[in-house]
Amino acid sequence: MKIKSLDPRIERAQLDSDSQEGMNSPMDQFQTYEVFEQKKRGTHHIHVGSVHAPNAELASVFAKEQYTRRGQCVNLWVVPTAAIYATAYEDADIFETTPSKYHRDPESYKVMDRIQAFKQKQNA
Amino acid sequence: MYGSAYIDPNTQFEGYLAPGEDPALLAEFEARIAAGDKIEPRDWMPALYRKQLIRMIEQHAHSEIIGALPEGTWITRAPGFRRKLALMAKVQDEVGHAQLLYNAAETLGKSREDMINDLLTGKSKYSNVFNYPAMTWADSAVIAWLIDAAAIVNQLANSKGSYGPYSRALDRICAEESFHLKYGHDNVVFLATGTPKQRQMVQEALTRWWEPIMHFFGPPDNVSQHTEVLMRWKVKMDTNDNMRQMFLNMYVPKIWDLGLSLPDPDLRKNEETGKWEYTEPNWETFKQVINGHGPCNAERLAVRRMAEEKGRWVRRAILKENTPYAIPLS
Repeated sequence: MKIKSLDPRIERAQLDSDSQEGMNSPMDQFQTYEVFEQKKRGTHHIHVGSVHAPNAELASVFAKEQYTRRGQCVNLWVVPTAAIYATAYEDADIFETTPSKYHRDPESYKVMDRIQAFKQKQNA
Repeated sequence: MYGSAYIDPNTQFEGYLAPGEDPALLAEFEARIAAGDKIEPRDWMPALYRKQLIRMIEQHAHSEIIGALPEGTWITRAPGFRRKLALMAKVQDEVGHAQLLYNAAETLGKSREDMINDLLTGKSKYSNVFNYPAMTWADSAVIAWLIDAAAIVNQLANSKGSYGPYSRALDRICAEESFHLKYGHDNVVFLATGTPKQRQMVQEALTRWWEPIMHFFGPPDNVSQHTEVLMRWKVKMDTNDNMRQMFLNMYVPKIWDLGLSLPDPDLRKNEETGKWEYTEPNWETFKQVINGHGPCNAERLAVRRMAEEKGRWVRRAILKENTPYAIPLS
């Protein structure tokens, strides 16, 4: 059955409501790229999301349209998702000891205490 | 913009652990959510959580992409250059939101091709409001103001949900929607404070859209065990009725303030309870429209089919054979 529409462009397209066209096959929507945005020179690139694209050049075009419609941006990176090697969340315990490494904490070095004690001993 | 995910009341609730799922993992999962932590794509999650989220995020994505159609109709006929620019930008935003949401759903393991196919065959739904036509320019103004306002109520609630990729997409979406709301309000105010003909146009549009707007948040929730689990897992963040109340409370006074009326003689705020009282919209109509019998269901899907079909040769021309596919990371 022909579609009746208020929109003249859709009327002109003579669409059929029984049409079965338009179905997607695997990879019709391409591979994915992860997008990294640098808001200002001098700052880090930050991950903002992903896009589907057939190649890196188009991925950067889509990334520009998708992630920089508002605000400031000076640079974009796109990286094929498959190229990213990520740690697993269930291995998050590998980061657990970080806070207990007191020898990396500048606060853990109490030189003034030692200097004071030394001076007191000298003057005694 | 978006309508709340429609939970089919006929869905059978079969318990929230699938056969073979480990109760210890479930306890850990629930503790993480209770502590306000987010769940990330490669975390363990119950099959029911995954299934419900895919359904909800996918419906949301479809709503964005279909929602662009009733408004897109008016781009070529927008009154004045500034409004045309603004409407194009808004429609572009909506399509962009669809892409963010498809990516979020994809992290749960359903490919974008499968989601698009399920939209085309009617297997997965989109927000019911987009099955109505935008008859005049005033309809596009009412959509931009009130449908987007309703969507923001819903999306702000959902952005506090437990699934990381969906929350992040919604934060970005909500930030962009604020322009849509202002733009829509500006258009409605312009018509409502204009000539008698303009006032009449916006009043008629409002009258046409009131029932779909009341339908927007979905039927009153029957507080089933299913809903209760989804709320504990922070998939569903509030009841349909609560969100409808929030919307009425924020926007009915603004509508009345313009001297416009709403087609419900019983609509009023009960000052004692603080709740709005209204005539229940016809939920039978809602079901009819969701099941494909609304004024524009066939047109919306036919236009999507055309877009997929006509873009195909371009995609084929640039597709490289044997490219590996990877699920987006987050």
